[in-house]
Amino acid sequence: MRSTHTSRRTFLARSLGLGCSLAASPLITPVTMASAPWDNRLVVIILRGGLDGLDAVRPYGAPEFAQYRAPILGEDPVPGALDLDGYFSLHPALADLMPLWTAGQLSFAHAVSTPYRNKRSHFDGQDILEAGTGSAQVVGSRDGWLNRMLAGVPGAHAQTAYAIGRNSMLLTRGEAKVADWSPDAALVLSPQAERLLDLVMHDDELFRDALGEAIDLSQSGALALDTDADIDSADMMNAMQTMQASARPDKGLAEIARFAAGRLREDTRIAAYSINGFDTHAQQSRNIKRALSPLAENILILRDELGPVWDKTTVVAMTEFGRTVRTNGTFGTDHGTGGLMVMAGGALRGGRVVTDWPGLDEASLFDRRDLMPTRDVRAHTGWIMRGLFGLDRSLVENTVFPGLELGDDPGLLL
Amino acid sequence: MSFTPERAAIRFGCGLSPQQAAPASVEDTLALLTGPDRAAETYPVPGWDHVLQRSREVRRDTRAFRKSVGTDEEEAKRAAMKAMRRKLYEESGHALGQVLLRRAMTKDGLRERLASFWTDHFAASGKMLAWRQVQVNYTEEAIRPYVSGRFADMLKAVITHPLMLRYLDQHVSMGPNSPVALRRDGPQGLNENLARELLELHTLGVDGPYQQQDVRQMAELLTGLTFTLDDGFKLRPGFVEPGDKTVLGRTYGGKDRLEAIFAALEDLAAHPATARHLARKLAVHFVGDTPNAGLVDAMERQYTQAGGQLLPVYEVMLTHPAAWGDAPGNVKRPLDFVGSTLRALDLDDRHVPRGNLRKMRRLFYNPMDFMGQTWGRVTGPDGWPEADDQWITPQRLAARMQWAMFAPLRLRRVLPDPREFVDMALGGQATEQVRFAAKAAETRAEGIGVVLSSAAFQRM
Repeated sequence: MRSTHTSRRTFLARSLGLGCSLAASPLITPVTMASAPWDNRLVVIILRGGLDGLDAVRPYGAPEFAQYRAPILGEDPVPGALDLDGYFSLHPALADLMPLWTAGQLSFAHAVSTPYRNKRSHFDGQDILEAGTGSAQVVGSRDGWLNRMLAGVPGAHAQTAYAIGRNSMLLTRGEAKVADWSPDAALVLSPQAERLLDLVMHDDELFRDALGEAIDLSQSGALALDTDADIDSADMMNAMQTMQASARPDKGLAEIARFAAGRLREDTRIAAYSINGFDTHAQQSRNIKRALSPLAENILILRDELGPVWDKTTVVAMTEFGRTVRTNGTFGTDHGTGGLMVMAGGALRGGRVVTDWPGLDEASLFDRRDLMPTRDVRAHTGWIMRGLFGLDRSLVENTVFPGLELGDDPGLLL
Repeated sequence: MSFTPERAAIRFGCGLSPQQAAPASVEDTLALLTGPDRAAETYPVPGWDHVLQRSREVRRDTRAFRKSVGTDEEEAKRAAMKAMRRKLYEESGHALGQVLLRRAMTKDGLRERLASFWTDHFAASGKMLAWRQVQVNYTEEAIRPYVSGRFADMLKAVITHPLMLRYLDQHVSMGPNSPVALRRDGPQGLNENLARELLELHTLGVDGPYQQQDVRQMAELLTGLTFTLDDGFKLRPGFVEPGDKTVLGRTYGGKDRLEAIFAALEDLAAHPATARHLARKLAVHFVGDTPNAGLVDAMERQYTQAGGQLLPVYEVMLTHPAAWGDAPGNVKRPLDFVGSTLRALDLDDRHVPRGNLRKMRRLFYNPMDFMGQTWGRVTGPDGWPEADDQWITPQRLAARMQWAMFAPLRLRRVLPDPREFVDMALGGQATEQVRFAAKAAETRAEGIGVVLSSAAFQRM
């Protein structure tokens, strides 16, 4: 991709024929990619809104479960083909993931949480999840754990990690360079506009490089454009609105997964993005499908598109908190505490629900209402990063997740 | 190098305008700044009382809805809540329009830039529904009146402002030996968020001469600062940690806690580390990411000599040769970019659809979000990034270019000739390449878009 880009630019420079000042300038600067620091891949998906772990991976073996959840389980409480291990079963909206489970490429960590307790606010919960600094600083975190990880290892370069999607994430914010792109940010430019933009930016390195990358990305992304096609100005005018329409949270997730896979097949090692819509206060049996199905689809797209790289990949999906054990008056669940982390990938030692299961009897619940968290979600994540990237224990415990005790190795990876 | 009207308008103002002449001199710039706030008079934005009133209405509607659940009234109450939410969004769309029009129309561009700078220095935003979009009201009340006065006065206004108290959790911070804490048990206690940011971000700077002990003592001193939706700012004696507090070696105490807090804020404002921190931050923001050391030194000295008055510091910056160099200036932030575009486009008020929320979203709110600066929100208490490369990423640049290509035609049915627009937007800053591109574009919209996207226009 780089080389075609360069030759296209060479062509542009010549075809513009703008005299010596332009011709003499170093218009073509081939971008050298530093070799990637590792070979393994990590995809972090933030599930926003508070995934109900007890619904996604149902502890049907717990004697209290059916009673707590009767209002939302409907007529389908029997796990059947969705049974995982004789105690837990999968939500029907995740059924397509069963082959991964069987192949040992899917696992779950149940009854996990961040250190966030008692307040149950989405804002604070997500800040704590992404900052990874523990509960002391509720607001005011300036960098995320994924960025600190990158800053702490040698050899990471600007495209080692990609934050994908429209929303800036605290997770990837910070000192280390993280590339960002959204597949729906495809540029709609006429060939002439593209040439002229190149011209008015080429003396300014910052702009010239960003423009080159933006054009490359929009051409290699899901919304590939044929720049030879005749683009009229209405297309350009509508492009922003198309961007705005597709920036709605439920759209474009498949494109995001495809884009992530495309980058990860090349020099990118880490991709991070969000899936929204897990805040199921009402009509959960209907609403949670709309969030779980895209998650399942996303994981399958990553597997299919990553090809051989899937074997080096771990996907972790985590949420700010779980939800109440009991249903509420509107056939949903409210903000809770202990929750679920979803892991997938060929690098996984999967086919397991990893948990120090607390049970669902009332005395075992957190505050008598929520699933009791028995392990910090950061510990699992820390162990995965140690396994994938060989991070020092001290880097994880002091820098990435300051104050965390990693504890015993849960053996999540092969 | 020294003052030129054109560079002053671009680097220290809101951009060039075919309607408003650029300030003629440094004296002229400063005179405007000390004169009446014409832009705020022409394009008013409500203050904090309005926010409190709306918050009370939201509270009332929410309570009424909760009560009505399961009764015949439920649907009506739900609709009332929704209507209120809609109203809040519409008001915020209108306020954004006012802010953009101020930038498009003002003669006094430095005032708008300073209001943004200091709002960002004291970054805060709201989390509850009624406070999602209130940064503009906070600026109007706690920042804007003080931008040319004493820094200490702005500091006091901010540190006692409900938005800041709420954003950094001060409103729930309780001294461990306060009357309320002694009566209650549970995890509530001291919260150091505001105290830490006050020292680290607002005054001394991250390299400043303070220790954890100072943060702790400052946090104890600040206990009791809170607010209610009915009264606004309030000192709550029940939360106050008793006893004298020592911050940076000075002891604050006495009967009147607010007076003690203000005394500490005065001392912090007058601290040499604060002078250094603010001088550098202003120079980075207005002149460049790596400012000239002599410029920073001169501003720092002036801050101290002038007793923390800000106007003389601006004067030093505006008269210093290093502020006027030909080297490319900072990248415009999305608000600067959008504002200066409106200014160059020679608009009337009616071109900005303040009353139409859908259009405001499509034209401004969403595009600025894509450019990386969500209107009314902050990413953290340290404000928006200063570094140019944080703004010009492929994705964010794509959003700028796409907006530049489509928005002008949405704003004005008849676009200027791109060859003339080059002069309106860039004047003498236009490069040969930009002039060529304006001429070579296939359509007016594309020509305007290319001029607006050029590095020459994107920088200050």
